[in-house]
Amino acid sequence: MRTIIDTGNKIAALAAKMAKPDVVAAYPITPQTTVVEGIAEYVERGEFDGDYICVESEHSAMSACIGAAAAGARTFTATSAHGLLLMHEMLHWAALARLPIVMVNVNRAIGPGWNIWSDQNDSIAQRDTGWIQFYCSSNQEIFDTIIQSYKLAEHRDIQLPVMVCYDGFILSHTSLPVKVPEQKEIDDFLPKREPRWILDVDNPITHGNIIMPKDYPPVRKAMQDAQERAKKLIPEISKEWRDRFGTYHGDLIERYRCEDADYILLSMAALGAESKVAIDDMRKNGLKIGLARIRVFRPFPREDILSLAKEAELIVLDRCISIGMEGVLFSEVKASLYGNVDTKVYGFIAGLGGKDVTYRDIREMCEKVMSGKYEGYGWYDIEG
Amino acid sequence: MKKYDVVTTISYPRKGAMGKTGSWRVFKPILNKERCVKCLRCWIFCPEGTITIKPDGSIDIDYEYCKGCGVCANVCAVKAITMEREEKK
Repeated sequence: MRTIIDTGNKIAALAAKMAKPDVVAAYPITPQTTVVEGIAEYVERGEFDGDYICVESEHSAMSACIGAAAAGARTFTATSAHGLLLMHEMLHWAALARLPIVMVNVNRAIGPGWNIWSDQNDSIAQRDTGWIQFYCSSNQEIFDTIIQSYKLAEHRDIQLPVMVCYDGFILSHTSLPVKVPEQKEIDDFLPKREPRWILDVDNPITHGNIIMPKDYPPVRKAMQDAQERAKKLIPEISKEWRDRFGTYHGDLIERYRCEDADYILLSMAALGAESKVAIDDMRKNGLKIGLARIRVFRPFPREDILSLAKEAELIVLDRCISIGMEGVLFSEVKASLYGNVDTKVYGFIAGLGGKDVTYRDIREMCEKVMSGKYEGYGWYDIEG
Repeated sequence: MKKYDVVTTISYPRKGAMGKTGSWRVFKPILNKERCVKCLRCWIFCPEGTITIKPDGSIDIDYEYCKGCGVCANVCAVKAITMEREEKK
């Protein structure tokens, strides 16, 4: 085990290399570019044994990963914002084909107006594709989650692709210390992939063929069942990692100072890390508030959220919006409570397009709710 | 053949893996055996492999799976295959 200091993207490239994928296919896009550059550097130095395919677009990057994964390979790719949107069709394909591809998505706003800063609308818009989604709040969590994701995706009960998301620039280009295990230790944690089906010339099959209406619903249901099983497996993998390497970032959610809380703040990704500072600040002033950082958005941790809602009112922070409805996390949190408890839920939309959200802003939002002068959901600190 | 047990869309190669596709046909290829010179162009071009060669070298059409696309009639050098509208049973 050694400790290094590097940016989120370079840490992602290192984690990807150490997971030993057979094939990496990727296309550069800001702010993901240095992930791809990092892997290209490993190839150039002879430190990466897999095939590195330079493709002409993100649609091709995902298609190449699908083809390779279907042939039994372990695969990796990374993208961001418009690149992710261009992959959309193939994201569905990867999940329906039950291919355990692992992809980094560096969260970035969608244009126009052209904007390269942090915003979760890109990956939240992919929530219905069948991919498992993690949102990371530190560079250590990026490293750990990428390796853990292979174990999860390739597990025989899961067989689904995993998207590891983190904030553009806030993490992607910020250097933080990260504990990195030895390659041998990673190899012991993550054995070689054992595919459930492969394209093999000696044993020919067609995959992705036409199926009749009666056969289609079971294919979808099998994905849903696998996501439900992932809810049990993610905590097991997180704990195994903690026992081996000492770092831990929560299971589906990370609870922070939730004991005896009257209010619980729910946020994701780097906003989750910033929220801890706000919680400490408010606790110092005697306010009974805790944090539940949503680490896994798919499968959605509805049981965890319901158990929190039995003890406290919920304040939801969204760095995304479903236009025509409301904050997406806000909607899903409320849906998790329906028919069980009638706990009040308050929502804020903040930080779109990389607008800075400091712990002071988070404290102000929480205090607004706790003063009893806030209802429903609204936009925080917006002009016009 | 190795079978997989994962729930996804896998089709194993066998005759009629997609069912009796001959029922899709609107036009039926009719072979005039007297004109046929057994050049096997139809056998090469049939996209479904429904042209069969008998031991004596003459050909036959497997109507269970022929979808009636008409490629065979089109490529036949001696116009021995004609497409005829099929009455629905």
